[in-house]
Amino acid sequence: MTSVTLPPRLAEIAEDFGALPDRDRLQLLLEFSRELPPLPDRYADHRDLLEQVPECQSPLFLAAEVDGDRTVHLFFDAPPEAPTTRGFAGILHAGLDGLAADEILDTPGEFSSQLGLHDLVSPLRLRGMAAMLARIKRQVREQLASS
Amino acid sequence: MALPYDSAPKFADYAHPEKLVTTEWLAEHLGDPGLVVAESDEDVLLYETGHIPGAVKLDWHTELNDPQTRDYVDGAGFARLMSEKGITRDTTLVLYGDRNNWWAAYALWVCTLFGHPDLRLVDGGRAKWIAEGRPLSTEVPQRPPTDYPVVERDDTRVRAFRDQVLAHLGRPLIDVRSPGEYTGELLHMPDYPQEGAVRGGHIPGARNVPWARAAAEDATFRSLKELEAIYAGEVGLRPEDDVVVYCRIGERSSHTWFVLTHLLGYPHVRNYDGSWTEWGNSVRVPITRGENP
Repeated sequence: MTSVTLPPRLAEIAEDFGALPDRDRLQLLLEFSRELPPLPDRYADHRDLLEQVPECQSPLFLAAEVDGDRTVHLFFDAPPEAPTTRGFAGILHAGLDGLAADEILDTPGEFSSQLGLHDLVSPLRLRGMAAMLARIKRQVREQLASS
Repeated sequence: MALPYDSAPKFADYAHPEKLVTTEWLAEHLGDPGLVVAESDEDVLLYETGHIPGAVKLDWHTELNDPQTRDYVDGAGFARLMSEKGITRDTTLVLYGDRNNWWAAYALWVCTLFGHPDLRLVDGGRAKWIAEGRPLSTEVPQRPPTDYPVVERDDTRVRAFRDQVLAHLGRPLIDVRSPGEYTGELLHMPDYPQEGAVRGGHIPGARNVPWARAAAEDATFRSLKELEAIYAGEVGLRPEDDVVVYCRIGERSSHTWFVLTHLLGYPHVRNYDGSWTEWGNSVRVPITRGENP
């Protein structure tokens, strides 16, 4: 498999997954789903400000905000009864939140293939994670263009 | 050593009431010798977040499928899987899961290919168990391996293959996908080959009855009367019909297969598990677009 360059935190996450046997990978994904921070009030009270990612098999909403200094903040909302989708969101949050806009735009869309989850999680679901990243990038691009 | 059947009055109307148990029945029988409860979910992590105490996990993606060929495990593979889960040929295997038992019905259908004698679904599945405030556990049970016999898979009774469906055209077909998938619209979503097929639409002659119509709000199966209104009334199926059901990969249609076979009691219902991901990609098979069968 050709390896693509990932932002350091995301690379670390990929390494952590790679070092584990299959069974424990699901446990790690579960930890990420638990660590996904709740929405701040300004989104929790205005869910219409979030964008739905219909490619996910369970409801998933997200928003990306670009600061004045081009730092990106990410917000996700997924129900607890969809732990896999939450786990994917948790990985993206842990790996990308707080990075510079350019680092996010440079993150390869197919990075999920480096997590070693394709034997455990159906390909359709993994595409959901790629779709989240694609929508984050689009939101970042739109905000950069309008700033 | 099968467990007693659930005599809930609602089930008595169905053709095969022995195929269902209520959450009450299950709560009462948890831990009984001869019973194994298995959770099969669409979300592969859900079991890990908490499951019915003592339940084992049955994963459709990693355990029921052959890892190489697009097919199910063979007789030896199934025997190994059942042994690992502590299931004997005499075990009453009770299945439940998320999303109206969608995947649990799929697992039950796959187990049917191997003729496991006593298979039941929990009416209402995971959602009802949780809604009633019943206990969950994250403890993964370790059952001693069993001596499950190698029984060859029987693909002739409840499973249909592509060429059989081609020969079946003109007879009853039920497409249980969403209306958008049925008409072919959903393939037009930009940048996303969601259904994994190069053509959108349905098998000519297929009637569209989205699978979840058979489930009530609380994820239980609708009453016999309601089911008859849909499948006999709206679609005009008759018990003696030779029926093929399909969806995208055969999972949602397992739910409808269960309804037609075990609740309505139609004896000739087969599930086409190749479904749209095979049909919609096959060279020179006919398809129909739009709302008409």
